[in-house]
Amino acid sequence: MSDPQARHDGAHEFFPGGTEAGSLEADRQSLAVAAHRTAVGDPRGMLGEAWYGLRRTWYFWISAVLVFFVFLIVAFPNAFANKDETSSLTGGCDLMNSLEPPSAEHWFGTDQLGCDVYSMTIFGARPSVTVALVATVATVLLGAIVGIIAGFYGGWIDSLLSRVVDIFFGLPILLGGIVILTALGTPGLWGVIFVLVVLGWVGTARMIRSSTIEAKNQDYVLAARALGANNRRIMSRHILPNAIGPSIVVAVISLGGYVGAEATFSYLGLGIQPPEFSWGSIISDAQSVFFEAPWTLFFPSIFLTLTVLAFILMGEAVHDALDPKQRT
Amino acid sequence: MSHTPLLVVDDLHVRFRTRDGLVSAVNGMSFTLDEGETVAVLGESGSGKSVTAQAIMGILPPKIASIPTGSIRYAGRELVGLRERDYRQLRGTKIAMVFQDALSALNPVTSVGRQVSEMFRVRGGMSRKRAKAAAIEVMGHVGIPDPAHRYSDYPHQFSGGMRQRVMIATMIALRPSVLIADEPTTALDVTVQAQIMDLLKEIQRETGTGLILITHDLGVVASVADRIAVMYAGRVMEQGDVDEIYARQANPYTVGLLESIPQIDQRVGRLPAIPGLPPNMLSVPPGCPYHLRCSMSVDACFDNPAPPFTEVAPGHHSMCWRAEEVYAGERVSR
Repeated sequence: MSDPQARHDGAHEFFPGGTEAGSLEADRQSLAVAAHRTAVGDPRGMLGEAWYGLRRTWYFWISAVLVFFVFLIVAFPNAFANKDETSSLTGGCDLMNSLEPPSAEHWFGTDQLGCDVYSMTIFGARPSVTVALVATVATVLLGAIVGIIAGFYGGWIDSLLSRVVDIFFGLPILLGGIVILTALGTPGLWGVIFVLVVLGWVGTARMIRSSTIEAKNQDYVLAARALGANNRRIMSRHILPNAIGPSIVVAVISLGGYVGAEATFSYLGLGIQPPEFSWGSIISDAQSVFFEAPWTLFFPSIFLTLTVLAFILMGEAVHDALDPKQRT
Repeated sequence: MSHTPLLVVDDLHVRFRTRDGLVSAVNGMSFTLDEGETVAVLGESGSGKSVTAQAIMGILPPKIASIPTGSIRYAGRELVGLRERDYRQLRGTKIAMVFQDALSALNPVTSVGRQVSEMFRVRGGMSRKRAKAAAIEVMGHVGIPDPAHRYSDYPHQFSGGMRQRVMIATMIALRPSVLIADEPTTALDVTVQAQIMDLLKEIQRETGTGLILITHDLGVVASVADRIAVMYAGRVMEQGDVDEIYARQANPYTVGLLESIPQIDQRVGRLPAIPGLPPNMLSVPPGCPYHLRCSMSVDACFDNPAPPFTEVAPGHHSMCWRAEEVYAGERVSR
């Protein structure tokens, strides 16, 4: 990119006579300028452009490093800690060591049962992050599909879908979650995900619906129709890319919210069931002994907060990357 | 007549259902367009120019707009009532439209090159690579400097004139035989306006495209159009060859319009303006829609039916009870 002359030459040689591709001469020339073509830019597509923008954002890299570590912990917890030290069932916890402050042996101290808080924090990451990721992806998918159909077609389709959305919107997430999880017999991790998706998709649906309505009345949608694009193409190429931006930011931010929601349900005994545990259940257990042993609350909370922060920063970076007007 | 005109619009009516009632946006619009010909549709804001364009493209808002009567024939094929799927095949390939504001008519999150190349890829069935090459070629053709470099830029990174060129590139990519330009230069500054009009004329000369130029700019019309249709309140008031009409009007409205432009060779004080405003389209008065503002109105103008189309000279029509008198140069006030 630093040599405009080379870029220009490359462009010039690549299309010597217009569209006549395939001749030996053209092949030879296109090989000769292959290096320049990268600078000229092959068709990159929306995601390619977004990635191009992301690479130049400093807070993307901070969030990327944090998220990378979170995923490392989630994928390979055994590389960081010993699962035995998280459970009295395996004899890894010693009640004699209950509520010990951080030491060389127990970096984050121990909890009431004498289990190692560091190991618990490492192994508690997987359920928390799984719930958050799966719930976020599912809510965005469901919400985007419903929202774009409602917003694009309008009329009775919109009325019908919007009323369904209203019904789900009326269900308080905590009360609704308690009712559903109790009725299902506290099915654990997947039960929490189910509840979060069922009660959470409406927010995305509403947002996508309103941005779809805004986008579909834009001239570029009319122009796309004037060029002969069909509804599916208009929705996928013209409306969705212009309507999805805010929802992606909210979705990434809501990752943090879902970690918290999972914690709430686990605290109420409706989420992750013992002997399984998550950041949420560790934090809930810790609050009863907070004044004697603040480390039991502090360290898992730091992990939780950093994870949420990483996702929010990433959401911000992704948003900027998806919106070309933010680029210079 | 053995020869089939490229595009025939015949007695077109367009209505919109609004909260306040039925709006008749176009009331009996007729014109024909031949290959290589330019027809200018002239009129004030709200006179139904853009609605006519959208009706020809078949992109009127589907739920509220309807075409109760009238016919639009492309190469002899009736377009009114055509199935959406068949209509779609014509758009972009046979009939295309340049929008007024290129910034809002280009997708802001897609690179301009991609928007041009999609025409070749999706509609022309080309491979990605060939479509890109073809897009760069057509972008260069419409006068975008260094198109290969600008291919991956976004609409907001272009100047107004360059954006309009990008849109024209998209629209002419598949060489449509009818090109509708809906006020293509209104959003541009004067020097760029001339360039864009030159470009459109050049494209027309090369490809033999029939051009429908929708505008309120009388200067543009004089330099580009072969024939003009002057619209008022959804009706064609006067229609004919551009030279003929500029020289000799047969409708008081056209007279008023032409009087309101300054003449470079005449020293005038205040420019005469047409008094009043166009009628509210929800309640167009009976008779001639212009009678309230007309200095020559007679009793017949206030009552239905609207005045007939009088042919004052071969190919020169005017919708006025006093068309012959106006054409003869008599300026009788009421």
